[in-house]
Amino acid sequence: MRTLTLTPDDHRIARLTAAAIAIALVESAVPSPLPGVKPGLANIVTLLVLLRYDWATAAWVTLLRVLAVSMLVGQFLAPGFVLSLSGALASLLVLLFLRPLVNSSSWFGPVTLSVLAALVHMLAQLLVVRVWLVPSPGVWVLAPVFFGAALFFGTLNGLIVAWLMQPAVFDKPLTADHLS
Amino acid sequence: MSWYVTVNWLRRLKKLLRPGDLLVLLAGVAGWLGLSMALWQAGPAAEAQIRRDGLLVAAYPLNEARTVTVPGVLGQTVIRIESGRARVVSDPGPRQYCVNQGWLTRPGEMALCAPNHVSLSLTGGKPTYESMAY
Repeated sequence: MRTLTLTPDDHRIARLTAAAIAIALVESAVPSPLPGVKPGLANIVTLLVLLRYDWATAAWVTLLRVLAVSMLVGQFLAPGFVLSLSGALASLLVLLFLRPLVNSSSWFGPVTLSVLAALVHMLAQLLVVRVWLVPSPGVWVLAPVFFGAALFFGTLNGLIVAWLMQPAVFDKPLTADHLS
Repeated sequence: MSWYVTVNWLRRLKKLLRPGDLLVLLAGVAGWLGLSMALWQAGPAAEAQIRRDGLLVAAYPLNEARTVTVPGVLGQTVIRIESGRARVVSDPGPRQYCVNQGWLTRPGEMALCAPNHVSLSLTGGKPTYESMAY
């Protein structure tokens, strides 16, 4: 009989995915003024995993999250799922190439990763909508709204990631320096 | 007291943003502004511009019906202009994207016949009449 052994990696991926799913589920319950525009806070987990571990783990966590959330909200294989998946795949691809740009002493930080990934995420989704769901050039009329949202929330998520990646301020004893 | 809080926040923000991040953000905002202005030109389209290799070959007002034949790299691109709109009628390109795009009606819209190096785009213009004239 074959047994399935779970490696520490598997446990880590499962834990991180669970965190991402929780964030994405809470977010899906918040109404959005425009379909397709949402903060994408679960991508904070993707970026943290990418920076703390590696790209493969980040890809696992992200794709498992997309799959699980689509099933939980009843969108599996529906247009919403295809859009999430195409956005996730496109941004993971971009992150694969951008990851080497970011290290502790480089010019670029988490905000660059987050903004570019968000823009590519939106571009991939708009292309899918244009080609498959609404085959009309009229789709591009709303493009500035979508890209503006991607720019805004990409920056916000990137700042949160940068904040979480800081050397742990809370580990140090509280001194007057922290109050200034 | 509030200026102090603001300065403190800016200092914290500076720790989170690296110089490259700022450049990416500036480029992003600039690109976004360009995109918005290109797509949201106000008013109706007034003129059809025909370009070859990016250079303006001809421009016609949209209120005069005419059919224009433009020689490109592969052959003739035929463009039809009538009643405030314009379209590519035929093109020798293999995928026919610019023909399938159909009628262009809004300023900023563009049909790109890339294989033939020909493009058709609409621009806005001043209204041809004054609505305040009695």
